[in-house]
Amino acid sequence: MSLLEEILRKGFFAVTAEVGPPKGTERSVIEKKCLQLRGYVDAVNITDNQTAIVRLSSFASCLIARECGIEPVMQMVCRDRNRIALQSDFLGACALGIENILCLTGDHQSMGNHPQAKNVFDVDSVQLLSIFHNMCEKKVFENGENVKGEVRAFLGAGENPFADPMEFRVYRLAKKIKAGAQFIQTQAVFDVEIFARFMEEVRKMGLHEQAYILAGVIPVKSLQAMRYMENEVPGLVIPTHLLRRMEKSKDPKEEGVKICVEIIGELKKIEGVRGVHIMAIAWESIVPEIVTRSNLYPRPSREVE
Amino acid sequence: MIVGERKPIGEIIGNLKAFQSVLILACGTCVTVCMSGGEKEARELAALLCLKGFTAQARVIERQCEPEFNLLLQEEIASYEVLLSLACGIGVQVLADGFPGKSVLPGLNTTFMGAPIRQGVWEERCSGCGDCTVHHFGNVCPITRCAKSLLNGPCGGSKGGKCEVKPERDCAWQLIYDRMNAQGRLEELLSIQPPKNWSSSRYGGQRKMFREDVTL
Repeated sequence: MSLLEEILRKGFFAVTAEVGPPKGTERSVIEKKCLQLRGYVDAVNITDNQTAIVRLSSFASCLIARECGIEPVMQMVCRDRNRIALQSDFLGACALGIENILCLTGDHQSMGNHPQAKNVFDVDSVQLLSIFHNMCEKKVFENGENVKGEVRAFLGAGENPFADPMEFRVYRLAKKIKAGAQFIQTQAVFDVEIFARFMEEVRKMGLHEQAYILAGVIPVKSLQAMRYMENEVPGLVIPTHLLRRMEKSKDPKEEGVKICVEIIGELKKIEGVRGVHIMAIAWESIVPEIVTRSNLYPRPSREVE
Repeated sequence: MIVGERKPIGEIIGNLKAFQSVLILACGTCVTVCMSGGEKEARELAALLCLKGFTAQARVIERQCEPEFNLLLQEEIASYEVLLSLACGIGVQVLADGFPGKSVLPGLNTTFMGAPIRQGVWEERCSGCGDCTVHHFGNVCPITRCAKSLLNGPCGGSKGGKCEVKPERDCAWQLIYDRMNAQGRLEELLSIQPPKNWSSSRYGGQRKMFREDVTL
């Protein structure tokens, strides 16, 4: 069982973070980020060519992260691989002991640095979850043939409570859980009110008892970064009072950390939220401070009951 | 219908570089309706090419995708160095099959199978996947109209009913949701659509249909 799964099963409030691999071969980039995060988070998500920009593969980066003593969550998107390649890489991950797998649709290639590429989207994230779930539980491939050997994974999915059609979001989450998602990491929460309403719907359907929900947060460095996210990142909602706070602040970095810590504080109080996923994009070094100030340090270790 | 768009004039002239006399062949079906490769467009193009120093003439073939219609112009075709087809990609190939020794150039880019949504605007509707299931999606095809061909609901980038990939495009899943909601059929969207069998689509290679009941 992965550490992340164990921590969640034991009822601890989980903390995960995100590491984006470099646009090249320097493994030191991953090592540096992982060493900064080690001890402060339970697992790190390793992104899979996020925003459709070519980077060191998630698979290889997961192994590097593990060598640094940190448990990886391997992200897998449906944009670049068909069901043959996805199942094959899943087997590889199982064989090498990468236990946490996050199944995502993936950003469209036109948003990235090879917009002329052909996409795959042979399956979507819900179908990918069900394929991996059946490989684990029924020991069969998508085509029904038997899988040999031990197949075990802690399967996760993303969900964006802030995208349209909003009324459908909780149903999509239900589909992902039905398909086999055991944990969920959400899009970054800035508008806690909207998120709380989403969680209310989640609880009405009993979904919080069927999967561990980790709420996403992003610490923001500057007003410009916040405006960029508001305007350029689809499905991110930033309330105007936060923009105003960043605008007025003399120390925007500190203000960004404060906002993030406050949001985590509010998220902890929402029934059904079982952890946070801190996406400190290009600001991994701030994660220990956020975890500490959120009273989430020290992290439980395997020995701690 | 099959929607096409005339190639830029510079590209057409570039492709005609080695030739002097050109017969422009319009097609009387889809591309006439979408105003890109009909008689009117062929005549305009002929006039333009004459101005550029070519010997150009325009003719209409009723349906370039059927060989019989192309053979009607056999004699005239023989007297030109090159044929410039304003039909879709199917018409160009059928025309060339009928005159294998002849130089044939495409004058259109075949853009998609779609429909006019208002005057001057056409939108793709079908990818020809060979296994139609639009009725599960409020008759809005997610394979064609969702940029990621998602079968189990919208991605995280749908905003205000628009697609994150191209904000001027409607989010297919918003349309699906709205229609299924209006029909009181939201429940149906909760069932998981299994991975699609793409073997009937073009991913299985070139497709061919054989019907014994109508063969001669």
